[in-house]
Amino acid sequence: MNTPVSPRGFPLPSSLKVIPGTERAQAAYPYHTQFSESDDDRFWFYNSMHFPEPMSAFDMVTAEAAYCALGASNTRVHCLPTTLGIDHRIINGRVYIGGNAVTDPAEIARRTEEFHKRAFYYYANWERLYAQWREKMMKLIQDAQALPRPELPEFEPLAHVHAGRGVASNHYLLETYQKTLEGYFRMWHHHFEFLLLGYGAYLTFFGFCKKAFPEITDQTIARMVAGMDAEIFRPDDELRRLARRAVELGVDATFQRQVPADDIIRTLQQSGEPGRSWLEELQVSRDPWFNINVGDGFYHYHRAWNDDLSMPFACLPEYIKRVKSGESLLRPIEKLQAERKDLIEGYRELLNTDEDRAAYDQMITLAHRVFPYVEGHKFYCEHWYTNLFFNKIREFGALLSAHGFFPATEDVFQLTHYELEMAIIDLMTSWSNGSPPRGPAHWPKIVAERRAAIVEWTKHVTPPALGPVPDVIDDPAIVMLWGITRESLDTWLAADGGADSNEVRGFAASSGVVEGPARIVKSVDDISRLQQGDVLVCQITNPTWAPIFQMIVAAVSDIGGSMSHAAIVAREYGLPAVVGTGNATARIKDGQRIRVDGGRGIVTILE
Amino acid sequence: MPSTQVIGWFADIGLNDRVHVGGKGGSLGELQRAGIAVPPGFVVKTGAFERFIGPLERKSPLRSRVAALSAEDLAAATACCAEIRARVEAQELPLEVLDEISSAHAALCCGDEQTPVAVRSSATTEDAADASFAGLQDTYLWVTDLKQTLQRVRNCWASLYSVESVTYRRRRGLPEEGVAMAVVVQKMVHARTAGVMFTRSPVTGDRSVVTVEGSWGLGSAVVGGEVTPDRWVLGKITGDISVREISEKLIRHEPVSAGGVETVAVAEAERRAACLSDEELQTLRAIARKVERHYGRPQDIEWAVELRTNAILLLQSRPETVWSTKQSTPVARPAANPLTHVMSVFGGKR
Repeated sequence: MNTPVSPRGFPLPSSLKVIPGTERAQAAYPYHTQFSESDDDRFWFYNSMHFPEPMSAFDMVTAEAAYCALGASNTRVHCLPTTLGIDHRIINGRVYIGGNAVTDPAEIARRTEEFHKRAFYYYANWERLYAQWREKMMKLIQDAQALPRPELPEFEPLAHVHAGRGVASNHYLLETYQKTLEGYFRMWHHHFEFLLLGYGAYLTFFGFCKKAFPEITDQTIARMVAGMDAEIFRPDDELRRLARRAVELGVDATFQRQVPADDIIRTLQQSGEPGRSWLEELQVSRDPWFNINVGDGFYHYHRAWNDDLSMPFACLPEYIKRVKSGESLLRPIEKLQAERKDLIEGYRELLNTDEDRAAYDQMITLAHRVFPYVEGHKFYCEHWYTNLFFNKIREFGALLSAHGFFPATEDVFQLTHYELEMAIIDLMTSWSNGSPPRGPAHWPKIVAERRAAIVEWTKHVTPPALGPVPDVIDDPAIVMLWGITRESLDTWLAADGGADSNEVRGFAASSGVVEGPARIVKSVDDISRLQQGDVLVCQITNPTWAPIFQMIVAAVSDIGGSMSHAAIVAREYGLPAVVGTGNATARIKDGQRIRVDGGRGIVTILE
Repeated sequence: MPSTQVIGWFADIGLNDRVHVGGKGGSLGELQRAGIAVPPGFVVKTGAFERFIGPLERKSPLRSRVAALSAEDLAAATACCAEIRARVEAQELPLEVLDEISSAHAALCCGDEQTPVAVRSSATTEDAADASFAGLQDTYLWVTDLKQTLQRVRNCWASLYSVESVTYRRRRGLPEEGVAMAVVVQKMVHARTAGVMFTRSPVTGDRSVVTVEGSWGLGSAVVGGEVTPDRWVLGKITGDISVREISEKLIRHEPVSAGGVETVAVAEAERRAACLSDEELQTLRAIARKVERHYGRPQDIEWAVELRTNAILLLQSRPETVWSTKQSTPVARPAANPLTHVMSVFGGKR
């Protein structure tokens, strides 16, 4: 065959077109997030790890806030020597990002000097600063909880008038909205305060292990560092506790898989003392541990367990079954700790020299020091705070919908946060001057158009990366957070060429070999289709999916490294997992029989 | 039955006794002492060899004749070796040696003389830094009575005077006076599956993995390279199985009831079936760790799974020599300020 050899690289951004009919929805994203011609010179990749689905106009705020904070931390606060922040662009609802490497040796040297003064101070004072971080974060959460529900009474309450408050209710709409937005942007700064330093210390130890033990698996290194009592495991632990309590109280028969959560709760309320006792236990678990959402917290429809009990309740019957078959369901913390200790000592003993052992001790000490933050921050940031944020926006949605701005509360998420402020000011103005708001004539068409655009964008597969492939990827942020290396890009490129091969390759995340029918889960709605014995094939999983891991036999994801949550949870459950395949959800068909070899990072399509 | 100048039971010997029991015998004793299961047995010590060779030497000197051979003169060596081997194999055993071996054999076989045993050469020079000598002496499998056993002991002694062994010693200028041969006599394992394992990666030298290779039947098929074995790589500490290569195993070595070993075809259904279960692999891993710990260095191990009991027994363990001789420089050195290690991540590629 004499086919022309295409240059090594992905499609140029300029070749990626806005899908016809969605141009106006695309234009809603800010001008600075639209691709321009000069972007063709740079390498971009689709951030399907965090944004696996087209983003609604409002949800784009997460990209803005997160990259603002990530960039500030890297570029200005800790001064990472070889990298600045991350640029982002949005097309067809998909977020592409590109690193901003520092390559001039003199500049790297200058930044290295700054980095020592800043990052090293953080490492040296980690415990104190992290304790302070938790206080700051709890304060931020309390502030968000204290924000009032946005309301517009017909007349200003008499008490306000007599107290001489002097500021009318419409003003507080704007204040609450701006504080809501401000809190979200601030939260992301907290999120990145330690993150890169934490991952960096971990990767330092990781790199050492890979050199000393060329065949060590990523997951083994992760297990040496992972904690046992991270907050992120707690929601699942609570579910297990509730399953045990249900059996102890004798109300376990109430929990059936297809019965809606509300019906189960009603039955329990009416079933007398044991049922009510269980519901009290449920309340104990819910605050705060059900403030965990079913996705990664980046989409408004990733609802928290607290807002939608269907996910936790769907998992209870299986846990109850296991309790009744004699399992305690308690995570054996002491046993896990002893195993971790054995692992660390076992590998240490195998090192060739005393110098190696001394260096190993130094590196793992630092990795253990930083890891509580790496594992713990997600519960506070991506889950608890993000839920509060989206729910507050939802309250504005209810208010605007009640005033006819759009049909449904959830429609508010079709407006950008800039537009939402406009709509709020429109409502404030009309409330004050007594004229009808202009919004009801303006927004419904736009909302419908944007909803249709998302449906359209979802139908199209977007390239995993754009632009020329760099010779090396020397950006620690991109390597750490997205697991993207020159090697993984080669894998993606090879996958493009060899679409007829029956193998899909990725990172070996959790070892074991297993076969089963593939269940392609592209959104949270697909989760209910999972059957016992399925292989989960998804773009990315999340720790809150932990309960569904009891149903599946293996997990495969498009994006993620050995520290991705799919990998962590799979190891926790002892399931084989292959992550970072680039395109498993596109190549594997729903229902196809596949073999997952988690030790080698290979998925084989068997039919 | 106690150990003597002639006989050494595995329980009574170790690596420090190599000069009397040879490398293989010392290793088997050492393993048993370390609590590792090996097929029970004893060593016919070099003392027995000396008592045997003494009368031969007095009749007509043979060591000085071998010492006078040139490594280059293959024709002369071949003629001389053939003659000496014939003399060794025909020579009667001294009475006390005959008695002791016979009693030990009876004790080993619990009175059932038909119990099959393996008779294995255990040279005192074997397992030296240059281990390639190991393969030059004979091993006899499935020896089924005392008479054959005694003959195989003589065959082993005679293999010390094989052309290969002699020219090897001549090339290296090893003195003939010190050359002696011990012989291991141990119960034969009727193996369902057997093979080898290394307590490091032969590919990268990684000490954190155990590489296991095995196939159906007796281990001689794997060691002799007559079959492509199944292959696994296990995390030494974790037990994770990162590589599983199940190959097509066409033949296996099986014992013949009259004595000896034959090659038979593997049944169609078993050819592509894994010859070890995951549980057995984990047992092998535990054994590998224990042996390596005991010796304090990576090992090259032969093992077998007993057909009836599925018990795992070790047949041999010797130091791994390929990677161990390479110089190892530290991957990293401790830093005055431990934080500077992070520059390997943040400092860019230099």
